[in-house]
Amino acid sequence: MFELKQIKKTYVKEGKTIQALKKTDLTTETGEFVAVQGPSGSGKTTLLLIAGGLLHPDEGQVLVDGKDLYKMKTDTRTGFRSRYIGFVFQQYHLIPYLSVLENIVAPSIVHGRHEHWDRGIELIKQFGLQHRENHVPAELSAGEKQRTALARALFFRPQILLADEITGNLDHQNAQIVIGCLKEHARQGGTVLLVTHDQEVAAQADRMEQLHNATCERNES
Amino acid sequence: MSIWQLVVKEIHRRKLNFISGLISVALSVAVLVGSLTMLKAHDMRTGEIVAQKEKETRQRMAVLEDDYRKIMKYLGFNLLILPRDQKLGDLYTDGFASRTMPEEYATRLSKANIVTIRHLLPSLQQKIKWPEKQRTIVLMGTRGEVASSYRDDQEPILVAVPKGRAVIGYELAASMHLRAGEKFRLLGRTFTIEQCNEERGTNDDITIWIDLQEAQGLLGKPGKINAILALKCLCAGNDIAQIRQQIGAVLPGVQVIEQGTKVLTRAEARKRAAKESAEAVTAEIRNRQRIRREQEAFSAILVPLVFLASGIWIGLIFLSNVRERKSEIGILSAIGVQSRKVLSLFLMKALLMGAVGAVVGYITGTLGGMQWQGIRSLSIGFDAWRFILSLLMAVLLALTGSWIPAFLASRQDPADVLREE
Repeated sequence: MFELKQIKKTYVKEGKTIQALKKTDLTTETGEFVAVQGPSGSGKTTLLLIAGGLLHPDEGQVLVDGKDLYKMKTDTRTGFRSRYIGFVFQQYHLIPYLSVLENIVAPSIVHGRHEHWDRGIELIKQFGLQHRENHVPAELSAGEKQRTALARALFFRPQILLADEITGNLDHQNAQIVIGCLKEHARQGGTVLLVTHDQEVAAQADRMEQLHNATCERNES
Repeated sequence: MSIWQLVVKEIHRRKLNFISGLISVALSVAVLVGSLTMLKAHDMRTGEIVAQKEKETRQRMAVLEDDYRKIMKYLGFNLLILPRDQKLGDLYTDGFASRTMPEEYATRLSKANIVTIRHLLPSLQQKIKWPEKQRTIVLMGTRGEVASSYRDDQEPILVAVPKGRAVIGYELAASMHLRAGEKFRLLGRTFTIEQCNEERGTNDDITIWIDLQEAQGLLGKPGKINAILALKCLCAGNDIAQIRQQIGAVLPGVQVIEQGTKVLTRAEARKRAAKESAEAVTAEIRNRQRIRREQEAFSAILVPLVFLASGIWIGLIFLSNVRERKSEIGILSAIGVQSRKVLSLFLMKALLMGAVGAVVGYITGTLGGMQWQGIRSLSIGFDAWRFILSLLMAVLLALTGSWIPAFLASRQDPADVLREE
């Protein structure tokens, strides 16, 4: 189970305090694909970063199977993240000088092991990127880039997959492919948390939450 | 995938960034190694110059030594051994000694193994009236050289006057129209002229040389002499005191004076020449040392300045690299790469930059230093310690220059980057 409890986060920008999240709760079960939908600037990315252990909330807890991420030491949390959480972003964040295969296996740096190339090849095939294996990101289409980023996020078979506007730069066809991948991950027992402004994309999730007035509200529609 | 692979691939991708840092490191090392090479080359050149100067001095001294030997051959370093009671004032006034000592002294001296004395010439001199010619002359009785008991046979430098024969001084021969082979009478005895000497401008011009024994008989001083002339002494410089001591030990009743100041002067000249040569070598060494000190002082300013500038430049290069890789660092953190690995990502690059820069800088600096000093051969060779020093300095420079940007990168908050994007 993946839980966000009473999360509160404020930013101070140019002397003004901005309430990004206030007392937000969100719970996802194993094998569930949850989408958080909200307009730009509603705090979706903040929610995702807090959920992924990258941004310390002012208040609240993030529990993964009962373990509070923010009670861990930084290094422990980083290690935990590498094993349990995968990230995918709208801007892909691929390493520009590495090939598709190398980008996919880049997480193996964390453990310094070299026996991960087979897993990389497996993901290449799974995401239909065989013909791009040795290409660098600059030579890929937007869809290929996002599939590469998704493959990298799934490299260690994380329990939780966090996706931030991952269809934002994709055409409908590629968006469907990517969403299909997320569904597949959930179907295989993973937890997916997708944040998006696109209602149509969010509607494809098992459950949709609306980020409104800096809190999550279940969308019953 | 390892950090090293990531470092190498990033370098491959951003070659210019790496090369500009590499040039900076190589330049610093080249200046350092170049300075050290120049100093070493300078020392080697100094050694060569000094050796050459010393060789020239030795050759010059050998020539002087030869000249000195020749001078000694003809002029000798002569000693006059006189009776102890001989007043030197009288000697210098009259030109000869008036007191006597036993002739046996010459024999004793010849047996004494004093190596510095050669060619002993005992003589009996006296100013007399030449009754047959009504002239004042100096009568000199000589027996030629006293044979040395320990030395190999040597050609005598002065042959004795045979009995019944005489050698006539220039003035006497000229004024009385005497010729070799003619006979004349002296103190009632008849002598045949053996030889008439050339003009010498000394008492010798009014001297008649005859056999010592005949002179002793004519002057009523049998077995007596009043001087022993020691010719061609093998004297080291003017160490007359030592010779006096040696002779005094054998002949307590004598005194020893020098003759031949010309020789002394030349010996002094030789010493002066040797001293001047030595001073020239010393001056050259001093000059070379001064140039070395100047080079050292210049290097002591230049090397730290270049290192400082390079350090700043490397810092800027890495700072730019960190900014350029902001997104990469953010995602690496997001996927669980720890901050110390992010730090090592940059420090390993700096390490590689330092190591390669050290090699390039070492070669460039060595060749540059040799070229600067005009050394074309590879005589300076590979210096392991200098190379290790270069490597350490280069790595230290690259690590120091890159440390702050690398640290900033490792401390970068991935949330900031990912949220901004």
